[in-house]
Amino acid sequence: MSVVSLEAELEPGPVGRGLIWRRARRSRGLLAGCTIIGLIVLAALLAPVISPAPPNQQDLYHILAGFSAKHPLGTDELGRDVLSRLLYAARTDLRVGVLAILFPFCFGTLIGTLAGYYGRFVDTLAMRVVDVVIAFPFYVLVIGLVFVIGPGIRGIYIAFAVADWVVYARTVRATTLVVRESDYVAAARAAGIGDLRLLARHVLPNTIAQAIVYAMNDIVLVIVAVVTLGYLGLGVQPPTADWGSMIGEGQDFLTTNWTLATIPGLAVVVTGLGLSLIGDGLANVLRP
Amino acid sequence: MLRYAGRRLLSAAVVVLAVTVATFLILHVEPGDPARAVLGEHATAREVQTLRHEWGLDASLGSQFTRYLDDIARGNLGRSFLEQTSTTSLIRSRISVTAALVGMATLFSIVITVPLAALAAARKERLADHLVRGLSVTGLGLPAFWFGIVLIELFALHVRLFPVGGWGTSFWSHLEGLILPGLTASFAIAPILVRSLRVGMIEVLDADFVATLRAKGLGELRVLAHVARNAVLPALNLLGINIAFLIGSTVVIERVFALPGLGSLLLSSISERDFPVVQALTLVMAVAVVLINLLTDLLAARLDPRIRLG
Repeated sequence: MSVVSLEAELEPGPVGRGLIWRRARRSRGLLAGCTIIGLIVLAALLAPVISPAPPNQQDLYHILAGFSAKHPLGTDELGRDVLSRLLYAARTDLRVGVLAILFPFCFGTLIGTLAGYYGRFVDTLAMRVVDVVIAFPFYVLVIGLVFVIGPGIRGIYIAFAVADWVVYARTVRATTLVVRESDYVAAARAAGIGDLRLLARHVLPNTIAQAIVYAMNDIVLVIVAVVTLGYLGLGVQPPTADWGSMIGEGQDFLTTNWTLATIPGLAVVVTGLGLSLIGDGLANVLRP
Repeated sequence: MLRYAGRRLLSAAVVVLAVTVATFLILHVEPGDPARAVLGEHATAREVQTLRHEWGLDASLGSQFTRYLDDIARGNLGRSFLEQTSTTSLIRSRISVTAALVGMATLFSIVITVPLAALAAARKERLADHLVRGLSVTGLGLPAFWFGIVLIELFALHVRLFPVGGWGTSFWSHLEGLILPGLTASFAIAPILVRSLRVGMIEVLDADFVATLRAKGLGELRVLAHVARNAVLPALNLLGINIAFLIGSTVVIERVFALPGLGSLLLSSISERDFPVVQALTLVMAVAVVLINLLTDLLAARLDPRIRLG
């Protein structure tokens, strides 16, 4: 089955820490992604220090102003400083995005590992539930859940907890099926190691890498979804700055102040690009 | 083939049933009382009670559920709380808009992704490949609704090629009104499609049979025809998997372009807390996804014996 490729000759043995580090240092995409995300996180953390004004401070004498030294990105329809709101929105959207995938990541990985490892009834039951959740279009399910729970950040967390774990479960289950049949698991089992210890020490460390790689792609989807909910008025509630509601408010002024809706969108795109580059880089670094 | 189709049909039926139960449950654990929400703060307890009775909300959860199933079986998806019509007729009047949008978006995604993926695969690790990959990585984090707004900015306000939004009255105005929304929706899934399709095509290009074809002295164009046939299957599967995401995205895109489809009906029913409509729409969209996935699976099995025999 295995054909010895040139790469295998150059890099013998299992994927160890040394190899991972060597690959990581050579990956230009990973470096670029980390730089982009590093800068955005830094800007978000320093928002209270570097913002020209408080994000919700209105100045009704200077509404819809253009770029100036005082307001580098202008002001919105209530005279609030756009740059300040952009920086504070980064704080909100990044925090909500990261926290929203924590539960799906842990729960999905757990269910996927258990389903793949035990098979039979556990597997059938888990995968049928996954089928049902996946049948709902992601946005329809999330919007429906937020409607039921009520708009706002709490609604977002619960909606993603329900809707988002399924892909982790599927991905991790597929990896577990492969790992379960591997020689080292058979050897460990023959040595008399119990299920729990086998799962925790020998199966999970191998499947979790897949989940981490997927999480990097997932967080892009989740941040875009959080911003979309904000745009629809179902997500982060005003006056808290959020890229989505900034785009929604700016849409009314497309003909006169097109930058209002455009700049927050660019912020989302750049954030997504950085995270995707990290995701692709990690997938490459952690590949067996 | 028949055995495979039977098995697949059965599992789809189970999922549809489970989806029906899930839709019912989601909207019945809701803490707020829909009758109170519709009548407002000043309604008396008696008025609320009457309305609850009229809607059958005072019955036990079990009997509400059997009634719900019974209604669905007879094609009755409930009555809208606000508009005095049945949800079925509301959905029927709008489903064609959403279907046209999904169709247009699917068409655009094929036209955009297949050539780009083929180009990237054929020029692997060269400039064209790097450009396509860079574009698709950037596209992953593109919020569809924002891209729609940018398209409106550029092609409706700046260069007046297309309408800002709306559905119009004639066939041509429908078509004209669908170009920008269709493009927007296709961009929601194009990055994912390009990335997976490129990998699939590279795998096929590296396959032994391609080397054999080349060794036989076949021209590159005829080799590509063989490759394309083998790359169609994964593309079909991908489209099936992503159609759910595409349908979900149209909800938001219909709002951006003011299209009178199911998505804008869902959003307006949500803001007016019109329960039966939200419930019916969620169910209809989920069932549509199950059916489309069933169709693509059956089509894939028809094209590839390995699937139905495996």
